[in-house]
Amino acid sequence: MKTDLILAGVGGQGILSIAAIIGMAALENKLFLKQAEVHGMSQRGGDVQSNLRISSKEIASDLITMGKADLILSVEPMESLRYLPYLSKDGYLVTNTKAFNNITDYPEQDELIAKIKSLPHHVAIDANKIASDIGSPRSMNIVMLGAASPFIDMPFESFENGIRKIFAKKGEDIIDVNLKALKAGREFAEREVLK
Amino acid sequence: MQNLLLLGAEAIAQGAIDGGISGVYAYPGTPSTEIMEYVQASKKAEERNIHRLWSSNEKTAMETALGMSYAGKRVIVCMKHVGLNVAADAFINSAITGVNGGLLVVSADDPSMHSSQNEQDSRFYGKFAMIPILEPSNQQEAYDMAYHGFELSEKFKTPVLLRITTRISHSRAGVKTLQIKDMLNGSLPENPRQFVLLPAIARINYNKLVAEQELFVEDSENSTFNKYFDGKDKSLGIITGGIAYNYVLENFEDRKIPYPVLKINQYPIPRKLIEKIKNECKELLVVEEGAPFIEEMIKDYFNEGIQVHGKLDGYLPRVGELNPNLVAKSLKLEDTTGEDIPTIVKQRPPSLCPGCGHRDMYDELNEAMKEYGKGKVFADIGCYTLGALPPFNAINSCVDMGASITMAKGAGDAGLIPAVAVIGDSTFTHSGMTGLLDAVNEKSHITVIISDNSTTAMTGGQHSQGTGKIEAICEGIGVEKEHIRVMIPLKKNFEENVKIIKEELAYNGVSVVIPRRECVQTLARKMKKV
Repeated sequence: MKTDLILAGVGGQGILSIAAIIGMAALENKLFLKQAEVHGMSQRGGDVQSNLRISSKEIASDLITMGKADLILSVEPMESLRYLPYLSKDGYLVTNTKAFNNITDYPEQDELIAKIKSLPHHVAIDANKIASDIGSPRSMNIVMLGAASPFIDMPFESFENGIRKIFAKKGEDIIDVNLKALKAGREFAEREVLK
Repeated sequence: MQNLLLLGAEAIAQGAIDGGISGVYAYPGTPSTEIMEYVQASKKAEERNIHRLWSSNEKTAMETALGMSYAGKRVIVCMKHVGLNVAADAFINSAITGVNGGLLVVSADDPSMHSSQNEQDSRFYGKFAMIPILEPSNQQEAYDMAYHGFELSEKFKTPVLLRITTRISHSRAGVKTLQIKDMLNGSLPENPRQFVLLPAIARINYNKLVAEQELFVEDSENSTFNKYFDGKDKSLGIITGGIAYNYVLENFEDRKIPYPVLKINQYPIPRKLIEKIKNECKELLVVEEGAPFIEEMIKDYFNEGIQVHGKLDGYLPRVGELNPNLVAKSLKLEDTTGEDIPTIVKQRPPSLCPGCGHRDMYDELNEAMKEYGKGKVFADIGCYTLGALPPFNAINSCVDMGASITMAKGAGDAGLIPAVAVIGDSTFTHSGMTGLLDAVNEKSHITVIISDNSTTAMTGGQHSQGTGKIEAICEGIGVEKEHIRVMIPLKKNFEENVKIIKEELAYNGVSVVIPRRECVQTLARKMKKV
């Protein structure tokens, strides 16, 4: 098994929490893992990404080879497209459609969505809305993880266990709402892909 | 013995704890900060009472670490690459004094300048100081090198440089730990004059260091950190090391490289192994992260004897960090890069946080400076460097820690009046205080804005050494009390703050304006805890 994924977003949107949960899930499945993060200046509202690699074999590079990523998981639509050079021909792009607009020349939303939908393998999801609908707007990133989970070759329960571990200190209520967010994202993606 | 998931920086910290350190000294700097932070969070470090507080700057950190080594204990000192410039005096001379307790100096380079003003390669510093250098290729080696580095240091009584780069520091992987060692009891150096660098003694020490170079090379040649992998295809030999080794491996199915590979993770370069790969192979390719450090030495060494490819002949780019695709190109393998970034994707540069006090400070300063025109504001290293970008476009320099004050003074000396310095509280106590003394002694016409958010913000909110002491420091240095003006940078105080800045700009002497409001990030973290 091998999944190379790029996590993308804007500094402060919580992609490192997603990475931590996937990391926990990978450990549970006794897989090799490498995860390169961005720290420092870019975290101040700039574009951030994390290269996350999971494999049943030992992993060499901390960075994913461009053109070989199996998945781009982005919590922001414009950021999802920044990493297209990394996506393999058969790879999936799974992105939140809700823009995070903190620049003056942000592109038209319609243009962005049109570009995303022109890709052969994509899931575009309004994760902010789904997170709000289940009463936990802050769980947007977990909805996104759920939507990407069908494309990461690990049992769904492992992601659930990852959430239980990462949010252990925050109590049962937080765990439950995030499990719900994970499931909602997963169900959306399954509907989309079947469609 | 555990299996932990660690960043490279954290692996070094864990390796140092398990290797028996009594202290870690550091000033925050990306990508090195997490080493100290990991030790600070470690239960074992608390249990052992390992020293783990931040220093005022890298020089004080380096010297304090040398003092701990003098007293016979193992110690690690950590900084980013440009921090080693600040610590350089102590660092170079620590090679002349030698050590007592094992001393490991970690310098974290930032090729591609993700969070830095240059991409200098610390290996040159190790060679300059003539000490052994270790450079891990992965998180496990980062752990092992920190763990065993103290033995190497104590074996030759020399400091050892541990060089890492951004990708190894900020990438996470599984690490197997070793049995934790006892801390040393402490002892005075056997030779009481070892650390006294009077010329007569320094000459003796220096001769000894020079004589030991052969031993360092021999140690490199026999080191388990350096590896020679044979390959059937001798048309090419690859010399690599550090993180670049991973990018070479990545390009071959199941990590099986057909060519001989020399992986150099300990320096000085292992001469015999270089001779071996040179004699076996038709051409050489050098793949290294950072400057063409090995490549230049080898090119000179063989002097037209064999084709050496790398960063000097365009096989690899001379600047920026490497990646698997760039290495593929140098190996004449297929470039797999996917679709281009669509043109609708725009740059998203970092910016000051919403609600940040520096924002108000810049709005006020820009307003106050209107009558004087552009080009008179010298800034420094920190979040407030982002004042260079729109919408502020407020500053005209950012060079090195503390340079705002001294450059303003120099420009003032040249007739640029008023010259303004913008510096943060942590940068001020790092390297701004001495420059302020120069200005006070000459009663220079400068206005120093110490934008005080009471933390070292850019690196994630570490303790700032001057917190609660800034006014007292300025007064102690000799700034007149009535020209030390404290204000709260908030929208509602805009008019009043502009007035204060204007008054001080007009003053023909040294003024210090201190806009003080806590960093919104550290404040948010405190609120969460409540």
